[in-house]
Amino acid sequence: MTQTASRTWSEIRPARRSAIPEGLWLRCTSCSKMIYRRQLETHLHVCPECGFHYRVGAEERVRQLADEGSFQALFEGLLPADPLKFRDLKAYPDRLKAEQAKTGRSDAVKAGTCFIKGRSVMLVCLDLTFMMGSMGSVVGEVITRAIEKATADNLPLVIVSGSGGARMQEAGLSLMQMAKTSAALARFDDAGGLFISVLTDPTTGGVTASFAMLGDVIIAEPGALVGFAGPRVIQQTIRQELPEGFQRAEFLLRSGLIDAVAPRASLRSEIARLCDYAGKGM
Amino acid sequence: MASFYQLDFEKPVAELERELEESQTRLRMEAKPGEESASPGVADLQARIATLQEKRRTLLSDLYSNLTAWQTVRVARHPARPQTRDYVRMLCKDFQELHGDRRFGDDPAIVTGFCRLGSVKCLLVGHQKGKETSEKISCHFGCAHPEGYRKALRAMKLAEKFGLPIVTLVDTPGAYPGLGAEQRGQAEAIAVNLMEMSRLRTPIVSVVIGEGGSGGALGVAVADRVGMLQFAWYSVISPEGCAAILWKEANEQTNTAAARSLRLTAKDNLDLGIIDHVIAEPTGGAHREPLAAAEALRAWVVSQLDHLRGLPIDELLQKRYERFRRMGAFTEPSEEPPVVEVKPSAATKAV
Ligand SMILES: [Zn+2]
Repeated sequence: MTQTASRTWSEIRPARRSAIPEGLWLRCTSCSKMIYRRQLETHLHVCPECGFHYRVGAEERVRQLADEGSFQALFEGLLPADPLKFRDLKAYPDRLKAEQAKTGRSDAVKAGTCFIKGRSVMLVCLDLTFMMGSMGSVVGEVITRAIEKATADNLPLVIVSGSGGARMQEAGLSLMQMAKTSAALARFDDAGGLFISVLTDPTTGGVTASFAMLGDVIIAEPGALVGFAGPRVIQQTIRQELPEGFQRAEFLLRSGLIDAVAPRASLRSEIARLCDYAGKGM
Repeated sequence: MASFYQLDFEKPVAELERELEESQTRLRMEAKPGEESASPGVADLQARIATLQEKRRTLLSDLYSNLTAWQTVRVARHPARPQTRDYVRMLCKDFQELHGDRRFGDDPAIVTGFCRLGSVKCLLVGHQKGKETSEKISCHFGCAHPEGYRKALRAMKLAEKFGLPIVTLVDTPGAYPGLGAEQRGQAEAIAVNLMEMSRLRTPIVSVVIGEGGSGGALGVAVADRVGMLQFAWYSVISPEGCAAILWKEANEQTNTAAARSLRLTAKDNLDLGIIDHVIAEPTGGAHREPLAAAEALRAWVVSQLDHLRGLPIDELLQKRYERFRRMGAFTEPSEEPPVVEVKPSAATKAV
């Protein structure tokens, strides 16, 4: 077996698309079958053998959801700051620089208007490849602006979440983004707006405990881990093994916490249908 | 059990207090009842006691004005520090407790009820960590479950309906991380509180009285005015949690570093614009003089409620929205079109 063939997707996932090493074959982390890389890409990064949903960044997500060429990016100029002069083993500005170089993004969010199957929507995607999609001031501000613009322009709002939660390096200010985005959603709700929240693997912490669980309709991708606390923290607290499938999308559906589990390939039609039922001015 | 739990950095105070106690005992023995004139020994002892008391006051004041962030966290967790139910006992007249979320259960980690604070009728909501072991266990050490947040919201909606202002006391290490909590929608419960509190049509004042841990704290703290007791902490994660993740290990040294980095003290939160006011605690912390701490808390809360109740409700809600809307720090390059609203007159002038 060649060296490239034994690389798992999770090893190369954090890297940029362009940085994916040469090598035509990958071993599926879920079913261990060998997958032809091109085939994975044409399958929306879902394993053609077992249906495992691989994580995708915001660029790819927009490409998958928006009608081709319809995406108009918004609020792109915002750059993260370091208000706390936060320093752990690394200084926050250095961490940011490294993430920016790695991903080519300024922060973990991409927002804009687009059409989805011809329906005009405001689309926001968190980007897991940038500091685990964590919400700091930039993410919170972009989401809030997107909600406010969707309110003003009567657009349905679609937010695709994938995030480790609030960004520790912005501490209390990150925490406040939870209140800020939720308050903006209250106004959007008052105005009768439709908010579709799409949860992808993983969505936890302060993102779940704010806008992500406030969707009028909440859809999760198959197998997505969604919760408030991370599995490790829960395990440490209760000191017992977690049940199989705990905090996965299917578990949330059974628990009555979300409306649907939808495979990636059907997201566009699910969103379009919901817009027809509940969107304004269609 | 020692009469008063001592934090390690309070050792010098403990030694002084032991000396003080000794002198006081000796004084009681020397000054026999019925004896008219005090012996010279008594006068000496009295002078010594006065000196020791003065020394103790200075020492406490020095110690507590120079606490590190991590030491502040430990004071905020002091077992003798007043909790929500203590403040209810000390401050509230006619407390009418309300139980249960009408869906699943009654979470003792969040206390809700109507009360009178001075002359103001209001709804009180507060985390309860518990004092005795059995209470701590039933309260999950102040870590609320979804039913706790839902109970709080149910009670707050009653307050809105009946035109009562809301006072919330925050004191939690964080929301409970467990199987049942997740299954019943911990994240959703907190998220809904954030959204609903932002539009409740009644004044809300929150005070972080001890620990303000993450979403579990914010879940009852979306308010018109947010204050913190001087030695409370408020942040996105506990120092230990932060150290375990970013320093890969939580120990005395990394906890100290994490606490400092998180800027979690009352002063820090004030500087960051997250809170509006720091409520000064008695010298040596609220656990030394609970009544004085309660009085300081009451005075600030009532003054804020008096002010907020005078505002038209739509103005109040607009200000509450703006209070959270402006939070955050980022830069926006100048080549971007300015997002600031330009008044029509100014715009015409520019053209
Ligand atoms: Zn597979």
